Amino acid sequence: MLTYILRRLLIAIPTLLVISLVIFLIVDFAPGSPASEIPLTISPEVRAKILEAMGVNQPVMVRYGLWLKQFFYVEPLVFYDYVFGTMHAEGMQRIISYQTRGPVFNLIVERIPQTMIVIGTAYLVGVLIAVPIGMYSAYRQYSWFDQIGTFIAMVGFSVPTFFTGVLLIVIFAVNLQWFPSIYDTTLQVTDWASFWKQVRQMVLPVMVLGLFNAAEISRYMRASTLENLNLDYVRTARAKGLGEKTVVLKHVLRNSLIPVVTVIAIGIPTIFGGAIITEQVFKINGIGAGLINAIHANDLPMIQTLTFIFAFLIVTFNLIADILYGLLDPRIRYE
Amino acid sequence: MSELIVSQKPTEKPSSQWGDVWVQFKLNTGAMFGLCILAALILFVTIGPVLWRIDPNFVNPDAAQMMLSRNKSPSWGHPLGTDQLGRDMLARVMAGGRVSLLVGMVAMLISILIGATIGVIAGYFRRLDGILMRLTDLFLSLPLLPLLLVMMLLFRDALASTLGPETGTFILVVFAIGVTSWMQSARIVRGEVLAIKEREFVLAARSIGTTPGRMILRHILPNVVSPIMVAATLGIATAIITESVLSFLGLGFPPDFPTWGRLLYDGVEYMQLHPSRVMWPGLAISLTVLSVNYIGDGLRDALDPRSRGR
Repeated sequence: MLTYILRRLLIAIPTLLVISLVIFLIVDFAPGSPASEIPLTISPEVRAKILEAMGVNQPVMVRYGLWLKQFFYVEPLVFYDYVFGTMHAEGMQRIISYQTRGPVFNLIVERIPQTMIVIGTAYLVGVLIAVPIGMYSAYRQYSWFDQIGTFIAMVGFSVPTFFTGVLLIVIFAVNLQWFPSIYDTTLQVTDWASFWKQVRQMVLPVMVLGLFNAAEISRYMRASTLENLNLDYVRTARAKGLGEKTVVLKHVLRNSLIPVVTVIAIGIPTIFGGAIITEQVFKINGIGAGLINAIHANDLPMIQTLTFIFAFLIVTFNLIADILYGLLDPRIRYE
Repeated sequence: MSELIVSQKPTEKPSSQWGDVWVQFKLNTGAMFGLCILAALILFVTIGPVLWRIDPNFVNPDAAQMMLSRNKSPSWGHPLGTDQLGRDMLARVMAGGRVSLLVGMVAMLISILIGATIGVIAGYFRRLDGILMRLTDLFLSLPLLPLLLVMMLLFRDALASTLGPETGTFILVVFAIGVTSWMQSARIVRGEVLAIKEREFVLAARSIGTTPGRMILRHILPNVVSPIMVAATLGIATAIITESVLSFLGLGFPPDFPTWGRLLYDGVEYMQLHPSRVMWPGLAISLTVLSVNYIGDGLRDALDPRSRGR
C-alpha cells in the first residue's frame, strides 16, 4: 500500500509542476506585457516594487522560479508565522495583487469560508440525496420511481446551473418571497435569529448546486448498484437466508459505494469550478467571484494564483481518489 | 433488361449497418423525442428568421419611439415582448440560437478532430502512447473553466482587433472550447484502437504490406466511428453549455451580439420585473442540451450490438 501511495505521489508532483508552468506561460505569452497591465493610478514606488516582485526584466524561467518560490515557500512560511506567531517570513516578497496592492493570499483567505460553507453543504446534500435515490432506482429497475428518477437526473444534469439559479430566484425570491436572492456575506451567526437568516439565504444556492451534484452522483450510484445486484455474492447472501434488508443495505450498498466514493472525491474540485457560476448568480463573495473580479480588473497575480489553486485542488483530490480506491478495493492496489 | 433486374430483386432488402442502427434508435422513445425537439429547434433558428423578418438588432432611431417600445409585454407584434432597447425578443432568441448552435457544432468538430487524432495515434503507435496519454492526463487535471476565462481575457481583444469583434470572438470561443474538451474522446478512441489493432483483419492487411497511414484510414477509423459519434453528440451539449457559461459570466460574445447565454446574462438585470426575458433563452439552452443528451444516450445504445434485439 505504501509503495502504491508513493508511486501516485511521485506522479502528482511533476504533474503539478507542469500545470503551474502552463498557467504561468499562458499568462506570460499573452499579448501585452504584465507591466503594462498595472493601472496608472498605482504610485511609482509601488509600481517599482510590483515589477521587482514579478522580476519583469528577468528571463521567463527566472520569473517562473520566483513565482514558484513565492507560492510554495514564502506563502506557507507566512502561514506558519501566523499560526505560531514567529517572524521567519519577515521582509520576504509575497505575491502582490494589483487590485488591493496587498498580498494575494490575504484576499483568498478572506473569501474561502464563504465558498466552503455553501459548496460543502451543497455537496453533502447532493450526496445524501443521490445515494438512496440511485440505489432504490437500481433495486426497482424500470419501475415508475426509476423512470422518474432517471428523468429528473437527466434534467438536473442537462440544465445549466446558471439557469436553475435564475429560475429559483424568480420563483422563490421574486414571486413567493420565501428566501433572499442575494447572499449576505457580512452576516455573523451569533444567535438563533441570525442562524435562521443564514439558513434561509443558503437554501437557494445549496438547492441549485445540490440538484446538479445529486443528478450526477445518482447516475453513477444507479449504474454501480445495477452491476452489483446481479453478482454471485448477492445470490449467495440470499441463499444463506439473509433478509432482503441485510443483503441490500449491507452487502450491495458497501460494494457499490466503492466506485462512487472515488467519483465523489474527484467531483469536489469540479464543484469549485461550478461554484464560480453559482457565486455569480447569488452574489456570494467567495473565491469564484474573486476570480471573476480579478479577471475583470486584469489582476494577473491573483488570476495566476487562483487558477493554480484550482489545479492544485484537482490534482490533490485525484490523488485522494486514487488512494481511497486502493484502500477500498484490494484488486487495484496489487495490479 | 431493366424489368428483368427488378423482378430478380430479393423480396426482403438486406439490412445495412446504419439501417439497423436506425431501427434500434427508433425504438428508444427518449432519443426520438430528443431528435424531434432538436430538429424543431434547428428549424426554429434557421427557417425562423426567414419568416419572422424583424432585425434582432433594430433599435428605433427616433428616441421618443424607442422609449415607447421598450420592455413591452408579449403582443401580436412582439410575441415574446421587447427588451430594454425595444428590440424584438423573438428575433433575438432566433439569432442567438443560431450562434449558440453553430458554436456547439464547430467546437465539437474541433474537439473531436483533436481527440480522434490523438486517440488513434496513441492507440496505433506504441512508442507515442505513453507521452500522449500523459498529455491527456495533464489536460484532465487543468482547471478548465478558470483557464477558459483567462484565455478569453487575454486573447479576446487581440483577436477582435484583427478579425472584428464577432468573428474574432467566435473563433476564440470555438477554438478555446475545442482545445479544452478533447480528452474524453481521445481516451475512448485510444481504447477502441488498442482492441481493434489486435484483430485478424488488421493482421491480414499488414501481411499484404499496408502502410500505417492507409491502415488507419481504411481499416481502423471506420471501426471507431461509433464511439466517435457518441462522443461528438454529447460534445455538442457540453460546448453549448460552456459557451453560455462564458457569455453568462460576461466573458463571451460582445454585448449587442445575441447568443442564448448572452441574452440570459442581459436578462438577469431585469428578471425581477420581466422574468420572461431570462426564461426563453434559458429554456432554449436547457431543451437543446437535454435533447442532445437523450440523442447521445440513444445513439450509444443503438450502436452497441450487444443491446440489439432486447
